[in-house]
Order: sequence, then C-alpha cells, then structure tokens
Amino acid sequence: MVISKASEAAVDRLFHALSDATRRDILRRSSGGDLSLTRLAEDYPISFVAVRKHVAVLEDAGLITTVRLGRERRVRVDPAALDRARRALEQIEQIWRHRVDSMAALLDAPSPTTPTEGRTP
Amino acid sequence: MSVTDVTTDRETLTLTLTARFEAPIERVWELWADPRLLERWWGPPGFPATFTEHDFEAGGRVAYHMTGPDGTTYHGWWHILSIDRPHRLSFEDGFADEHGTPNPELPVTRANVRLSSGDGGTDMVLSSRFASLDQLEQVVKMGVEEGLRLAVGQIDGLLEA
Repeated sequence: MVISKASEAAVDRLFHALSDATRRDILRRSSGGDLSLTRLAEDYPISFVAVRKHVAVLEDAGLITTVRLGRERRVRVDPAALDRARRALEQIEQIWRHRVDSMAALLDAPSPTTPTEGRTP
Repeated sequence: MSVTDVTTDRETLTLTLTARFEAPIERVWELWADPRLLERWWGPPGFPATFTEHDFEAGGRVAYHMTGPDGTTYHGWWHILSIDRPHRLSFEDGFADEHGTPNPELPVTRANVRLSSGDGGTDMVLSSRFASLDQLEQVVKMGVEEGLRLAVGQIDGLLEA
C-alpha cells in the first residue's frame, strides 16, 4: 500500500489542529453557529493575533471555514452543523404552526368550552 | 393561514412566530390560561396533552404529559416566569421523567407570548428560545462528535489511499 506524501501531510494537519486545547474549544464554539472572529477572540486570555493563528490552523486542516463579511471575519464549522441548528429550528416552527392551527380551530368553534368527544382524560 | 411571519436566529437559537386570530384578546388568552383548552392544542398530532398542574401565575408550576399513539407518555413542565393578563406570558418549558421530576440533562426552552388587539382580532407573537448554554452545548456536542467522526473518517480515507 502506497501512502502519498500529500495524504500523510493532511493527516498531520488534522492531528496538529486537534492537539491543542484552545483549538478544540474554538471548534466546539464554532459548532453552535457562525461567530465573528473578534467576538470569539474576546473570550481567550491570549492575543487576537494568537487566536487568529489557531483559527488558521483549524482552517488549514479543513475543520472550519472562515468568511469575510464586510470588515468582519466570521468563523463557522462545516455547514453540516449549521444545518442541524436550522433543521432543529424548522422542527420547532412546524410544532408551532400546528399549535396555531389548533388554536384557530378552537376559536372558531361555537363554544370554546365544549368538550371534545372521545378525548383522553 | 393564521401564521403571518416566522423568523429564526441561528446565533441565539430563537424562533419568533407571529399569528393572527379573528377573535377577541380575552378568548385567545383563555387558550393559554384554561388548562382544559390548553390541552386541546398543545400536543403535536397524535400526542394529545393532559395538564395535571396549572398554577397560572408568576412563579407557578405547570405539569403536563403527552400520550403517544402506543400509550407511551412524555412528561413536561413549565415554570411560569411572568404574567401580565391578557397581554404577556413568559415561561420555561422542560422535560421530566415519568414521575414528573424535571430532567436537568435535557434542554429547557424559554417561551415568550405577547398578545395584542388590532383590527377586531388578536395578534400573537411567540418566541421560543433554546435555553442558552444547555441547548447550545447539546448542538455543539453533536457538532463536535460529528466533527470527530468526520476527522476519523478522513483519516481512514487517507490511510486507504
């Protein structure tokens, strides 16, 4: 089995990225949504430049992506994590849409205190 | 269609939904304040709710369970934070075990309800926020696990090359 040097280098970058506690923390916090680099850096006792270097290592390893929006740089984990937050919120939305429909149906009924037949007590 | 607007905020994990009802504000308020009415709309399809406790006042406790099609019950609780009848209600909504004991490991949702009269009907603005750190860490935990799974997958893929 031949392992290319490029492959080995990629594995090196991955392990290197995950080998630092601050970088693992950045990765965890980036999973919750996209954060501005400035806001992210505020929570660490190291310099902004040092945080930016950690972010660069994570980006180099393919674990996060950064995007420039206006004057800000935003950090986000791979889109799958953001999709999960979006999907979770969409599920909550569907629950509330159904509730609103049920509320409207109750309000349309001739008398709101009329018990429904067969309702489980 | 009663829902007139929906916005989501992925950073604060908040859903805000606006609905319009062609009914006076007092009647819409009663849908929340009367447990016998509340249980007729709270549960999702196939999971009717039963409210066993309903202290509808600031600091009050609400307990309910939902019954699934196979008879399995899912227990929940509210802790009422504030009430300003008939305009505002805010509460926390969480999960409990079969004895109704809150499960601290599961997320707590923060809900705010605002009713206002207008054009002969009532507008309801409902915001539902996944409880800060709990919810975020649960999402984050899933993300990190997924990230590590991906990382390990990448390693496997690279080693097989």
